[in-house]
Amino acid sequence: MFLKYLSELHGVSGNEKDVRDYIIENIDNNVDSYRVDKIGNLLATKKGKSNPAIKVVLTAHMDEVGLFITEITSEGYLKFQTIGYMDVNILVSKPVIINNSVYGVIGSKAIHLQKPEERKQSFLIDQLYIDIGANSKEEAEKNVKLGDYAGFTTAFTSFGSGFYKGKALDNRAGCAVIMELLKQQYNCDLTTVFTVQEELGLRGSKIISNYLNADLAIVVETTSAMDNQEQDRENWVVELGQGPACSLMDQATIYRPELIKKTIQIAESYGIPLQLREGTAAANDAGNIHLAGAGIPTITISIPCRYIHSMSSVISQSDYTNCIELINLILNNCQEYINLPHRGWEVMK
Amino acid sequence: MSMNRDFDYSLLAKLTQAFGPSGNEQQVAEIITDNVKDYVESIVTDTMGNLIVRKKGNEQKIMIVCHMDEVGIIVTHINKNGFLYYATVGGLKNTDMISKRVIFSNGTVGIIHKEKDETIDKKPEKLYIDIGAANEQEAKELVRVGDMAVISGDFLENDSVIISKALDDRIGCFIALEVIRTVTSPYDLYFVFSAQEEVGARGAKTAAYAIEADLAIIIDTTFSYDTPKVQNNRVSLNNGVAIKVMDKSIVVSPAIKNWMAKIAAASDIPHQWEIITAGGTDSGPIHLTKGGIPTGGLAIPVRYLHSGNEIVGKKDITAGIDLLTALITTHLYFES
Repeated sequence: MFLKYLSELHGVSGNEKDVRDYIIENIDNNVDSYRVDKIGNLLATKKGKSNPAIKVVLTAHMDEVGLFITEITSEGYLKFQTIGYMDVNILVSKPVIINNSVYGVIGSKAIHLQKPEERKQSFLIDQLYIDIGANSKEEAEKNVKLGDYAGFTTAFTSFGSGFYKGKALDNRAGCAVIMELLKQQYNCDLTTVFTVQEELGLRGSKIISNYLNADLAIVVETTSAMDNQEQDRENWVVELGQGPACSLMDQATIYRPELIKKTIQIAESYGIPLQLREGTAAANDAGNIHLAGAGIPTITISIPCRYIHSMSSVISQSDYTNCIELINLILNNCQEYINLPHRGWEVMK
Repeated sequence: MSMNRDFDYSLLAKLTQAFGPSGNEQQVAEIITDNVKDYVESIVTDTMGNLIVRKKGNEQKIMIVCHMDEVGIIVTHINKNGFLYYATVGGLKNTDMISKRVIFSNGTVGIIHKEKDETIDKKPEKLYIDIGAANEQEAKELVRVGDMAVISGDFLENDSVIISKALDDRIGCFIALEVIRTVTSPYDLYFVFSAQEEVGARGAKTAAYAIEADLAIIIDTTFSYDTPKVQNNRVSLNNGVAIKVMDKSIVVSPAIKNWMAKIAAASDIPHQWEIITAGGTDSGPIHLTKGGIPTGGLAIPVRYLHSGNEIVGKKDITAGIDLLTALITTHLYFES
């Protein structure tokens, strides 16, 4: 399955090549053409059965959060920075891999050696380092240089009653959904865009938005679920197993109510579970895409994800398959999005 | 010196009391449409919800921009007891929200409040909205997750000021409406009643791309910090229309701001300079569109922005209408 391979590939923001190559290899037979733009976004097109056809953009980002080597100490340890938004508390003692070949572990002072007051505090990133088993700076430099990326080594597995666990599910799950959908032929013309550097502030999609033109854009994402972690239900945002989530608003986009209502209608009429994303935090590539050119009607459909931006994220298998099915239905019914009146009225003289 | 003239402020009352949080500007757009349709060549909306009104001319394209949207809240959760939780839409401080009255598009009224012992920080999740519903089901008959509401604030006026919610930026819309209905200009005028300014000037971005004007003039509001103990404030109420020098999103070209001031002085229109270091406007994305669009701005001073009790001076409104009219009926800055 695409998702397993995608999850285990390394593609920290700015270093998405392995992910991009894997996607190209596996969609090549299902698309008419593809190209990689100057910043590294992968664009693949697939003509629709209709002529002329509605133009739909399907997009997901390829990059994941991770680490970046900034210093090699005289002892041969590697100091690092995070790429993208990561909680330093989750890094301690995790295994990492650098350049797809060098294994390391994130070290810190053992509990026995910590003073009582240190035990009450969380680590700062400056107190952590990657230990690659080198005895000196010279030895470390044989395998690692400044600016190299480090990623996590989590194996993708299914577990429990219908869940997947893995790293980088944000947003390889979105990439996998689009790859599955490309096996189908639709009436609409599809442009699928696999973007780079989303986790650094929507950078890849900024480039796309300079030339993108479409009748409808669908951003496929993952979104953080706080179900059963937060005591108060109003803070859950989304709940695993309740279906993909349709965004209302985030920090970069207010989604058009007409498009949201249409999505709810389609889900209801085909019996696909759908939840609304009950929160407005964070942002995704829709922020750039909906403002492309004279504007593109845009929706975001997300797979709820626990422990997002960690090396062990969890999604529900049914949310994943329902996300594919929902977007499949949206693509089959995309003319309903195009014929929506612009806010119910328009006057021309 | 131009004095405050009488305008049809019942139209301003209607505009300010209309429901129009970012992304839901339809009510405002409908009022504007009703009031301009006999004076213009075309009225269109785009996917962002901008209303673009064209008053055709043979000379250069001027884009005049004021935003329709106002700050508000969006419902993110309805709990079992019928209380609502929300996130803010646009610049609203949590600490200013307690006991505020909000109103939904269907007229449902709610009161924002906090738990008795809760301390308020930046997270709006700690506040809730009480719409007087007894339980979840009753609440859901009135409001859905995703619905927006705005801070309510009645329209009041005396001889010198107007008090209302949403004067930011319905006052700009009002000025544009007055000008559309009275001006005769050689220029090709595109009045953009923009959407989603309060969340980061989003509507203006797509409109500017589509129109590609030779000059853009923004009409928005600016902070009037002439509070009791403030001295040497730059902008004060009823002291004239402000000419934009800079805000956080733009530094206006000296050629444009000086042209505006020169025209104002020539017509005895009271004016002051707008220099703010916090807050951006539609001028930000517009002046950076495509190869760059020359952009300037007029601003009406407002006390207590985003509060539901905003105050503007009538003399400033008069000056705004007069200066905008003068600017689009004389030689443009690059011709003079």
